[in-house]
Amino acid sequence: MDPRRASRTVSDPKIRQVGFFAPPPDRSLSGPPDPISTATTTAAAAANTSSSPPISDLSPSGNSLSPVMIPPPRHSSDTAHRPAPFPPASPPRRGTLSLTVGSYNNNIISSSPTASFCDESKGISVKVSPTSAASSFPGGGFDATAVKASSVPASGLTTVSVVKTLPPGFTETIVEKVGGSVEMQNDLPANSKPLKERTSKAERRALQEAQRAAKAAAKGSKLPATTSGAVASANAKPTKATKPPSQKNDSATVTSSEKKGGDRPPEKDRKKDAPHPRMQYDDKSRVEKAKRRAVVKQTEARNRVELFRHLPQYEHGTQLPDLESKFFQLDPVHPVVYKVGLQYISGDISGGNARCIAMLQAFQEAIKDYSTPDEKTLTRDLTAKINSYVSFLNECRPLSISMGNAIRFLKNRIAKLPLTLSESEAKAFLQSDIEQFINEKIILADKVIVKHAVTKIRDGDVLLTYGSSSAVEMILLHAHELGKPFRVVIVDSRPKLEGQLLLRRLVGKGLSCVYANINAVSYIMHEVTRVFLGASSVLSNGTVYSRVGTACVAMVAHEFRVPVLVCCEAYKFHERVQLDSICSNELGDPDAISKVPGREDINYLDGCTNSENLQLLNLINDATPSDYVSMIVTDYGMVPPTSVPVIVRESCRDQVWI
Amino acid sequence: MVDVQGLVDELVSKLRRRKVEGSRATARLTAELLRSVISQSKLPATNQPATLIDAVRGVGEKLIAANPIELAVGNIVRRVLHIIREEGHSNARDAVEGFRLSVGGDNDYIVEQDHLNLSVAAQSSLCRPSLHALLERSPDSATTYFTANSEDDSEEKSKSLDPNARSLEFRRKVISAVNDLIEDINTCHLVIAELAVEHIHHNEVILTFGHSRTVKEFLCAAKEKKRSFGVFVAEGAPKYQGHLLAKELAARGLQTTVITDSAVFAMISRVNMVIVGVHAVMANGGVIGPVGLNMVAFAAQKHAIPFVVVTGTHKLCPLYPNNPEVSLNEMRSPSEVLSFEEFSDCMDYRIGTGASQLHVVNPAFDYVPPELVSLFITDIGGYCPSYMYRLIADYYSSDDVVIQQKHAS
Repeated sequence: MDPRRASRTVSDPKIRQVGFFAPPPDRSLSGPPDPISTATTTAAAAANTSSSPPISDLSPSGNSLSPVMIPPPRHSSDTAHRPAPFPPASPPRRGTLSLTVGSYNNNIISSSPTASFCDESKGISVKVSPTSAASSFPGGGFDATAVKASSVPASGLTTVSVVKTLPPGFTETIVEKVGGSVEMQNDLPANSKPLKERTSKAERRALQEAQRAAKAAAKGSKLPATTSGAVASANAKPTKATKPPSQKNDSATVTSSEKKGGDRPPEKDRKKDAPHPRMQYDDKSRVEKAKRRAVVKQTEARNRVELFRHLPQYEHGTQLPDLESKFFQLDPVHPVVYKVGLQYISGDISGGNARCIAMLQAFQEAIKDYSTPDEKTLTRDLTAKINSYVSFLNECRPLSISMGNAIRFLKNRIAKLPLTLSESEAKAFLQSDIEQFINEKIILADKVIVKHAVTKIRDGDVLLTYGSSSAVEMILLHAHELGKPFRVVIVDSRPKLEGQLLLRRLVGKGLSCVYANINAVSYIMHEVTRVFLGASSVLSNGTVYSRVGTACVAMVAHEFRVPVLVCCEAYKFHERVQLDSICSNELGDPDAISKVPGREDINYLDGCTNSENLQLLNLINDATPSDYVSMIVTDYGMVPPTSVPVIVRESCRDQVWI
Repeated sequence: MVDVQGLVDELVSKLRRRKVEGSRATARLTAELLRSVISQSKLPATNQPATLIDAVRGVGEKLIAANPIELAVGNIVRRVLHIIREEGHSNARDAVEGFRLSVGGDNDYIVEQDHLNLSVAAQSSLCRPSLHALLERSPDSATTYFTANSEDDSEEKSKSLDPNARSLEFRRKVISAVNDLIEDINTCHLVIAELAVEHIHHNEVILTFGHSRTVKEFLCAAKEKKRSFGVFVAEGAPKYQGHLLAKELAARGLQTTVITDSAVFAMISRVNMVIVGVHAVMANGGVIGPVGLNMVAFAAQKHAIPFVVVTGTHKLCPLYPNNPEVSLNEMRSPSEVLSFEEFSDCMDYRIGTGASQLHVVNPAFDYVPPELVSLFITDIGGYCPSYMYRLIADYYSSDDVVIQQKHAS
């Protein structure tokens, strides 16, 4: 308690005051962070590394834990095969595109940048007066291209397409952000020479950065946070004159949070910088806007359930071929990230831990290949990059809460990078951070969970689990290895039938299993003595957010007085609260409902999917009320659901001080 | 002449092979079979009701044994037995009345007393009077029922009055009553559907589970009365009859949404009422329904949402459930939930050691206890689960409740 108190008193004034009071004089926007903060962060980091087991210890063990690991090789080979048809095809394609589209080609070509990224650029770009922007067009064209090219070294295709493909996308996104008047100006030149325009944009950005840095420096210690926030919101106003007010608010917060760079107080980040600002898809104008930016061309599902208008739902199966063909027209998305995105879409990677690890490893790769463009700071530019990756992944499949947490962690680390570090050092730093996160928060956490949960399995128990959870699987396997005699009941439900995979693995390991459909759960519950459930996230009101059906199983178990143990790593905990499964959820492919695999006789819905009165709802997750949960097994130990907020608080504090 | 025995065997084999499923179809077939049994059986001059009861009971026993889970068979057999008893009773009463008329009311006290005794004897040997019968009976005979003691000495006297005419009349009455029963079974869903408007309001959201003709008619009737409301249909694995229901409802213009069974809990918070059809209703007010219904009922209870069961009276079963999840359940093929092709390697994984590693549980039915049911809507009105026992007393004779055991012992 004592040390914590001490550190808080040191830090609190800093954190709280920023934005309202004058911060310590040595802090400036682009300048080096003040000594105290660096000292504390490094100290904390040191403490952290010393307290936690060395990484070298962890990694081998991590490899042995197969369920969490994703096998990337197959996909990399897949993608390796793909090049053959496309490279020749792509140049003509491009040509036709620009021809046909005419003056709008920029919009269409540029598909990727994220909401937050764009917003940021908007906020920034407003500062630059239109005239200066215009004047800068002719000037910086070529070096900007160079910058661009250098920033995307990882792509194998730099040779041909960098000049042509990359720039338009990037520039256009910026152009778009800048707002109505500037966009118009840009459009004229853009038709003939997209290249030039792009460079000018980039240049303008750089200029902006410089300006801002100068400004900040001039202001010295004065209210960096407030200024930037104020600037952002002020800027937002003119640009957004055309947009609805709700949007304005949102983007303003985003911009300001984006801007935090290295010098914003972390606690503020935490509040404002939601990993992905949750978009409400019933807001038409926002959806339109997001669509223009999207890399993934999605077609809205036709026949949607009224209750879920606020959630995205797209035609499934349409994006993948399109995206695959675009693989070589690299937008600002790193190929590794792109690959992971494709794997999300195709469902090759699913499950909270697997998705999170895949994403983090992709980011690791991307960071390795990253180089800071000239006249930019690593923290700011890399954050923007990560943001664009994140929004790309989000388009592929809505991010899970655990991924949001991981992204928040990563951004935090980027923001906290000591500015004294050289680029390569910083990159190494980040990579090892990510590595550490994977090892500590996921792999080691799973081991701890297994250790705890195994003590709750007695001889002769009948354990029920639902779907397929990697943590639960490890627990069962470990208990089996310990030689405990027990039986497993695997309850499963359509349409994913993940339980069948788990069943196959467990039976292969020699466990004796009973398999049942979720409807039979109240039949089978009579003989069950424990229920082990996985979770996608645990929210701070104790609600367990997990695969749809978990709530049903927990409810029936509760009615039959069977204890329900939820196994969930602490990094999946989130401070959000939720009461139902409707306000925030994910929608799957509705067509999966109408077809029953292996049951050709069930074809009542064939050909009815276009009926106006008939909708198919494929919910992915649901929220289990905390009443049904007896205990949450997490890496901090076994806690009742009421203690979740404590863990959320603690782990947030961790993240701040790591 | 139709071969009754052949018909019986045919239905028995159909039931045994589960070629006939669904309580309505089973009930109708059973009733039709029993009708032909009644019309074909040879009745002796005396004690016709008892003979007929034995004949029906014998057939019923076979049918019930063919599919003990299909409670509708037993229900119909009991209903028919009850009809025979009631008709036999009223027949006997008619005989009394007729005799009294023929005697001409010559205040021959002893004769009258005799015949009153006779009528009481006939009653008590056939059945205890139902509430209905008690209320309908004239006050004097009711009082005599309670005062008189039974003596069966003068049965022949009454029957000998005009045996042939009365026997024909009796059979005709029984058959027409059975015809009424069949008609009831065929039209009960229409009668129930007429109540729909009283239970569904505008803009309501209704959740239903699996497929039920009664539910379909109920919802469609409300739709035809210009109510506009939405329906969530849980698909009801492993039969996926919900798809069929959804298709039919959508074709009738109802706003229908198909959800998976696992999403029931997620969606039920936005539902105003759960309306389901069931397999059978037990005497305690509990219901046997398609598997998964218990989960829906729990979820409805958790969210305090009315759980309404629509059912025809032919599903009313006079038995009290004892461990119904097991005793009134049957296991369907594992291939409905797990494909043999995919898991063949797991199935025989331990054949060498003799220990089977993989079991698949695929029950067909679920029991929902009465406390989870809010209301029954039947073709004779709406009732609470706690009132079911009384309805049963009206439709069945207590002597018939245990058909099999009585014969076995």
